[in-house]
Amino acid sequence: MIARIRRLRYLLASIPFLLIVLLASGCIGNSNPQDSLSPAGAAAADSKRLFYPAFWIAVAIFFLTEGALVAAVWRFRHRGAPSDQLPKQVHGNTRLEVAWTIAPALLLAGLAVPTIATIFHLRPSSEGNPLNVTVIGHQWWWEFRYPDLGVVTANELHIPTHRRVNLLLQSEDVIHIFYVPRLAGGMDNVPGRNNTMWIEADKEGEYQGQCTQFCGASHAFMRFKVFADSPQNFDAWAQHQKEGPVNPATLPDQGNQVTYTYNGKPGTPAGGLKVFSNNACIGCHTITGVSNGMVGPNLTHFGERTSLAGASLTNTPDNVAKWIHNPQAVKPEAKMPNLHLSDEEIANLVAYLESLK
Amino acid sequence: MATEVSATHAAHTSTGYDSRKLFMWTFLGSDCLFFGALIATYILYRGRSLTGPYPKDVFNIPYTSVSTFVLLMSSLTMVLTLSAIQRGDMRAFRVWTLATALLGCVFLGGQAFEFTDFVAKGLRPSTNLFGSSFFVLTGTHGTHVGIGVIMLLSLFGFSLTGRIRQESAIYVEMIGLYWHFVDIVWIVIFTLVYLTRV
Amino acid sequence: MATIAQPYAGTYPRPSRWEVIWEWITTVDHKKIAKLYLVTSFVFFILAGIEALIIRLQLARPDERLISAETYNELFTMHGTMMIFLVVMPLGVAFFNLLVPLQIGARDVAFPRLNALSYWIYLFGGILLTSSWLFEAAPNDGWFAYANLTEKTFTPGHNLDFYYVGLQILGISSLIGAINFFVTILNMRAPGMRIMRMPPFTWMVMVTSVLLFTALPVLAVDLILLMFDRAYATNFFNPAKGGEPILWQHLFWLFGHPEVYIMILPAFGIISEILPTFARKPLFGYPVVVLSGAAIGVMGWGVWAHHMFTVGLGAAANSAFATTTMLIAVPTGIKIFNWIATLWGGDLQMKTPLYFALGFIAMFIIGGLSGVTHGIVPADYEQHMTYYIVAHFHYVLFGGALFALFGGIYYWYPKLFGRMLDETIGKWHFWLMLIGFNLTFGPFHMLGLDGMPRRIYTYAANNGWGFWNMVSTIGAFTIALSILVFFWNVYVTSRKPADAPADPWDGRSLEWTIPSPPPEYNFARIPVVHARDPLWHQKLLRRYGRATGNDPLAQEPADEHIHMPPRSFYPIITALGLPLMGYGFIYQQDHKAFWALFAAGIIVLFLGAFGWATEPTE
Repeated sequence: MIARIRRLRYLLASIPFLLIVLLASGCIGNSNPQDSLSPAGAAAADSKRLFYPAFWIAVAIFFLTEGALVAAVWRFRHRGAPSDQLPKQVHGNTRLEVAWTIAPALLLAGLAVPTIATIFHLRPSSEGNPLNVTVIGHQWWWEFRYPDLGVVTANELHIPTHRRVNLLLQSEDVIHIFYVPRLAGGMDNVPGRNNTMWIEADKEGEYQGQCTQFCGASHAFMRFKVFADSPQNFDAWAQHQKEGPVNPATLPDQGNQVTYTYNGKPGTPAGGLKVFSNNACIGCHTITGVSNGMVGPNLTHFGERTSLAGASLTNTPDNVAKWIHNPQAVKPEAKMPNLHLSDEEIANLVAYLESLK
Repeated sequence: MATEVSATHAAHTSTGYDSRKLFMWTFLGSDCLFFGALIATYILYRGRSLTGPYPKDVFNIPYTSVSTFVLLMSSLTMVLTLSAIQRGDMRAFRVWTLATALLGCVFLGGQAFEFTDFVAKGLRPSTNLFGSSFFVLTGTHGTHVGIGVIMLLSLFGFSLTGRIRQESAIYVEMIGLYWHFVDIVWIVIFTLVYLTRV
Repeated sequence: MATIAQPYAGTYPRPSRWEVIWEWITTVDHKKIAKLYLVTSFVFFILAGIEALIIRLQLARPDERLISAETYNELFTMHGTMMIFLVVMPLGVAFFNLLVPLQIGARDVAFPRLNALSYWIYLFGGILLTSSWLFEAAPNDGWFAYANLTEKTFTPGHNLDFYYVGLQILGISSLIGAINFFVTILNMRAPGMRIMRMPPFTWMVMVTSVLLFTALPVLAVDLILLMFDRAYATNFFNPAKGGEPILWQHLFWLFGHPEVYIMILPAFGIISEILPTFARKPLFGYPVVVLSGAAIGVMGWGVWAHHMFTVGLGAAANSAFATTTMLIAVPTGIKIFNWIATLWGGDLQMKTPLYFALGFIAMFIIGGLSGVTHGIVPADYEQHMTYYIVAHFHYVLFGGALFALFGGIYYWYPKLFGRMLDETIGKWHFWLMLIGFNLTFGPFHMLGLDGMPRRIYTYAANNGWGFWNMVSTIGAFTIALSILVFFWNVYVTSRKPADAPADPWDGRSLEWTIPSPPPEYNFARIPVVHARDPLWHQKLLRRYGRATGNDPLAQEPADEHIHMPPRSFYPIITALGLPLMGYGFIYQQDHKAFWALFAAGIIVLFLGAFGWATEPTE
């Protein structure tokens, strides 16, 4: 009976250790979209390169100290009948104190050196040929401006691979954090401040990010994507962004072909352009040559984006309709007003927006 | 023994200092950090207001110097207050207590006038960084002075009913410490805010 | 013969009924006040725990819509704020109250009525803060409420008003209490109780008190700036007029970092009491342990910006704070080594208090190590504001502080209540809590490194976070079960007779020399102390036949008159003024008529203070 309880106790005591192993096992295998330990760029790799040695040293210290703890309990727990014997009344050991003060201090000093070096290394510099992007946080979407290229877009950041991208972080309202873990650690967008960081992608791909500083009701939906394109594809993309939007008149049937139906109502791109131009949309959004609103995302090439609503919805016609129909139902307290458009207006708008390729 | 028996003969304490005095010193120590944070805020925002009025547009240094002098004199009368009660001279105690309270009120009146004058010149707490940090800092200090005046007037009232006697000198000493502290904080504010401005 | 409190004779007549309630309302006895803090903290613990359970239900699966984003934001804010200010800190103060006078050989604290005042202000402040739920205005911008989201334009409504009013009131309670205990420890030690002979818990209370009365004023200023920005349109955090949102963070963390040491140092003290008793040998390296606690207190002022590494302070500042952050791990590590050395070579009595102490060490090591990895700044850029940070602070605050506090409850329960908590149920409580705790918070390390941010009310399925979130939720309910087991233990124990001996654990310090529970006056004779661990020293002297003469720790009835401070009605009255002022200020922003409530609060405050100043103190 006693032996069984003892065995059960050791089994239970080993659970924390098993958990650690289990947790550590998460480090191998498929990487999730925001896995900071799966770097796809130099900045994230720098973070990981520092984290891993620190982590393994911590694991070693963990086993040493927890091991000493378990060993102490195992070895010195009172067994047998209560006795009057006292263990040796040791008060301390100066040499030990000195040793276990100096050793950790040296270890930490050792960690501090590469830490400080990397802090400085991660500052942006204007060497080479960096691409400059201004990242402006809004409640609850991301604005990306390329000052040297004259490009403005939202929620989906395109960058070329193998080229430093210097980010200037700003905010229109409250503090946000621009965080795309596979490319770099996060940095604050503080209103009234200009913070800087850099990212650089090693390989083409789509990298997920989101705001990491609590910024209000829809903080959970302030997401974004970074698309690392080959340099040629990036140039093509940037070139295309500078071009004007698709004019429905250039579409089949002068844009009067029904390309979307919403609750039975048909929508055409031409009809959508009319709806857009005659409603409050133009007050907030920019579509080059059509409107000049500065409050909401630039929609000039909206149809090409893979997502909307702070990259929280996939860009499908139904999702766009859902968003326009009731933004606050998708993102709590969304700043985009519910214009109470009719189903027909929505159908037309969706057809138009999705045509903006 | 949990409580002190009398004012002049404090019960035995491990440090030799009366617990009540130690309390006040510790409280004043924490109040240093309180004012320190407020003053640091003022200094951080000095010269960073985007619009006026700016200090040079509103400050009247001669006027505020008189106010400062008044408060300094009140520290003197506070010392006389304490000295009187320690000697047992209750009449002098009452005179100097009232004098200190009165000087404190004059100071507060001066502050009030200054505040209304600034508002008339277009400086409100909401106007700019200078307005915000100035009014909150000096307003908090003024509140401290006000609480001191209330304590002094209470001392005066209690001494009329006999509750405050020579044996109660410890309480006067505590309030004196508080009063001097508030005065010193004003010296710092006057120097950093009024005299050494951007 | 010792006499107890004198008949009450104050300015206002005393009612003659409801003796028991009256006794509790007017008590100035530190032991009763300890019980008040204990019970009140547990009520708030249950509430804050339920908030956590709802959070876990919402996060168990991706794209869950069990509750709205707005409610979720209130839940995580209140969970953190309540756990810190209404649970962990007051539980610590419960122990300050019970133990400090007993351990230094005093009959009460330096200012007993002020002690009661601290409790009533805590109770009323806690009620005000929690009542925000009923007004549908619970604080909702996180427990550290970063500006400028907290400005009125971005968070309209009274949520943040409850936040700054509630915390300001609670801060007053802690400030007064800290000065009280600081003066008590300095001034009321028994003869021979030198500072370096004080029990480690009291030592830690001394350091914690200093941290409290130096750090709280900085928070008070931060809250005042926020109050003015919201109520009077000042510009402290308004970027449009040049204000710096970062100022809030600097002031907050200048308070906030000492605050975490305020929460953990008492726990360190409790562990330093439990281990020697149950190992039956002295605390290894006592001077190093207590002085490293003081060092942590001092160094804690130099690390605040490690909460702000991504704010853009610059490489030099980040490097400086990285260094100070790593350095502070040294005194902390020293303590852990000394604790293990205390166990080593001992004769370990495997009782429930020791289980919790061992659990503390095991969990705190994990939390401490993850904390060091935060100091690796470039790694922190990835960890900041993710669940990896949430893992760290729960390991040190729950696995650390709360485990130690539970250990302390089991350890000192007989002293306070005269009964021993059940050992078997206690061990069930421990194991369930340990397993539940690790299931809940262990996965957070993974989730954080996998890029899951804090404070998101939901997450997309494609992130792959669903599995560990579900595990965590199961763990949370396991913790809840363990707490129920604890309450069961308390209930079962309450049915037993109150016959615990004075010294059930073969203790080392003065509290074990007097009956369980102690008489109101604690010590019939104030002891004379000749050594550290005075009771153990006495036992060893007796054991080796060296005890001579009168035993200074004996408690035969003394023949002098013992004066205990009389009960007082005024602390609760004075305290009542504050929430009245609080509600009045919050709602005067809607209707000017509420200034009357504010004024009423001031009047009540003054009436209380007047009665206080004029009532007899003998």
